[in-house]
Amino acid sequence: MRTEFLTIFWRDMLKFFRIKAMLFTSLIQPALWLAIYGLSMSSNFDLIVPGVPNQQGVVSVNYLAFMAAGVISMTILFTCLYSGISLQFDKQFGLMKEMVASPLPRSHILIGISLSGVTKSLIQSIIILAFGFILGVRFFEGFTIGQTLLSVLGILLFVVLFALGLLFLASTIAMKLESHEGLQGIITLLSLPLFFASNALYPIESLPLVIKMISYVNPLSYFINGLRYFSLGSNFYSFGTYYKYGTYDVLMSLAFLLGFDIIMYLLALRTIKKAKVV
Amino acid sequence: MKTEESIISVEGLCHNYGKVTAVDNISFNVKKGQIFSFLGPNGAGKTTTINVLTTLLPIQKGKVTISGFDVEKQQDNVRKSIGIVFQNETLDWNLTVWETLEFHGRLYSIPKDTRRSRIDELIKLVELAEKRNELVKHLSGGMKRRLEIARGLLTRPKVLFLDEPTIGLDPYTRMRIWDYIKKVNKEGVTIFLTTHYMDEADQLSDTIYIMDKGQIIANGTSESLKNSLGRDMIYLETDDDEKATRIIKGIMEVNYVRGSSKGLVVSLKEEGTRFMPKLVERIRNERIEIKSVNLKKPTLDDVFIHFTGRGLKEENQEKKKTA
Repeated sequence: MRTEFLTIFWRDMLKFFRIKAMLFTSLIQPALWLAIYGLSMSSNFDLIVPGVPNQQGVVSVNYLAFMAAGVISMTILFTCLYSGISLQFDKQFGLMKEMVASPLPRSHILIGISLSGVTKSLIQSIIILAFGFILGVRFFEGFTIGQTLLSVLGILLFVVLFALGLLFLASTIAMKLESHEGLQGIITLLSLPLFFASNALYPIESLPLVIKMISYVNPLSYFINGLRYFSLGSNFYSFGTYYKYGTYDVLMSLAFLLGFDIIMYLLALRTIKKAKVV
Repeated sequence: MKTEESIISVEGLCHNYGKVTAVDNISFNVKKGQIFSFLGPNGAGKTTTINVLTTLLPIQKGKVTISGFDVEKQQDNVRKSIGIVFQNETLDWNLTVWETLEFHGRLYSIPKDTRRSRIDELIKLVELAEKRNELVKHLSGGMKRRLEIARGLLTRPKVLFLDEPTIGLDPYTRMRIWDYIKKVNKEGVTIFLTTHYMDEADQLSDTIYIMDKGQIIANGTSESLKNSLGRDMIYLETDDDEKATRIIKGIMEVNYVRGSSKGLVVSLKEEGTRFMPKLVERIRNERIEIKSVNLKKPTLDDVFIHFTGRGLKEENQEKKKTA
């Protein structure tokens, strides 16, 4: 099997750990979101949302735990969209010429970048989970050790699928554009609806119609579903709403993300193969 | 020339960008082991040509063979046989010298032990041993260029392509880079370089092809190209260039005379030092005043002007960086 994509992966990870600024901000930002927005909002929401008596056996989840999934998704969103910038940078400043002039198949550029993006996302997700735990986010309540382990694996699986789709999307846009200022602009434009028109911070049901519809086709929503199922359980109460996740819901979310990934991969591959690097 | 000796063979190559023709039906052969230059101003089509030869641009029309492989049909084989030093810097500033070479070696699937020993060898060759673990962003322009040369040699290529290798470098560094190129060539690597610097083509090349507006307008060795213009050139400014031209044309020691922005240029069959006083007298005898006169040996720039009416130097402006 040809392993040139590992070389691309190696270079990207090397720079991730080397560029202190990048490493620092990518880890600090989610921590701040969780700590400042999370704690402030959750203490307010838990006050405002009336203490409706639970159905028996339904776990009540505070807002911090509810939105923690949102914080994880936001971190991955930015990490993956920004990997597009480094790809575009390589293209604009000629570094991609070296890769294209070599026997390396162009698909390996995509695979290598995606692998490193997924790795970065996994590292960041684990750090956020740990940090959240310190802050008092109550994940895996009522789970056995076996269930917790399985849930962590489930979370990581969803992280991988979600990250891949975003990486492929970012790569497609990056290879189509000529300047990285344009790319920055598009990323900023995309990230707002992607993050806020979803169930990351609040339940979908109460959203206005148009935003609700965007949320239903938003891969982020399905990622959040999977995350919440694995971290909070299949039956819980939070933010004034009951949540029931069946196996069907989880599998549907999985399928949606998988489909999103495949479509994005094909698009990215086509774009990278046709891109002009000289 | 026997085709077996040709390591690069180009036939009828054309390339255009939309309506603009960058390369207009050129053909040439490069002999194994030589230093071959494409000399021409910016926009002549040199970079496009090198990009097609190194598989970075597709072949629109024509046939190119490098080291026995067809550039269109056997791309990967071509890529493994060549090394490239691009015109614009293509280094990652956040990698070290060693990592830059390691990355390149891995891209070409060079096995680890071979790779590591070659990297050490090449770092020594280009005298960057003490900068081995230095980040590229801390290297000077000359050092970066040397690193790129080392990188181009990592796969032990049969042909090393250099696109404007000394552009933007100061005179001292340029000479050092020329030395490296000659050193590498002595070890058996065929060199294909493009340049707009007359002295570079002159100093290094076994064969020069002069290119302008997508076409090859002259070729030969540096000597043969200059000799085609005669032995010496006299530059003359008079107050009646028309009349002077007529007189000069009739003199038998003269190859040709033509006008330029600065007066007349006379190409001589003979040595100019003895002839010049005779020429001056002849012209003054016709009551034409001579404002200035100068004598020099023809240069490649003169060859270029001869064919195109413009100078190489007029086209080019570059900033200089220190080594």
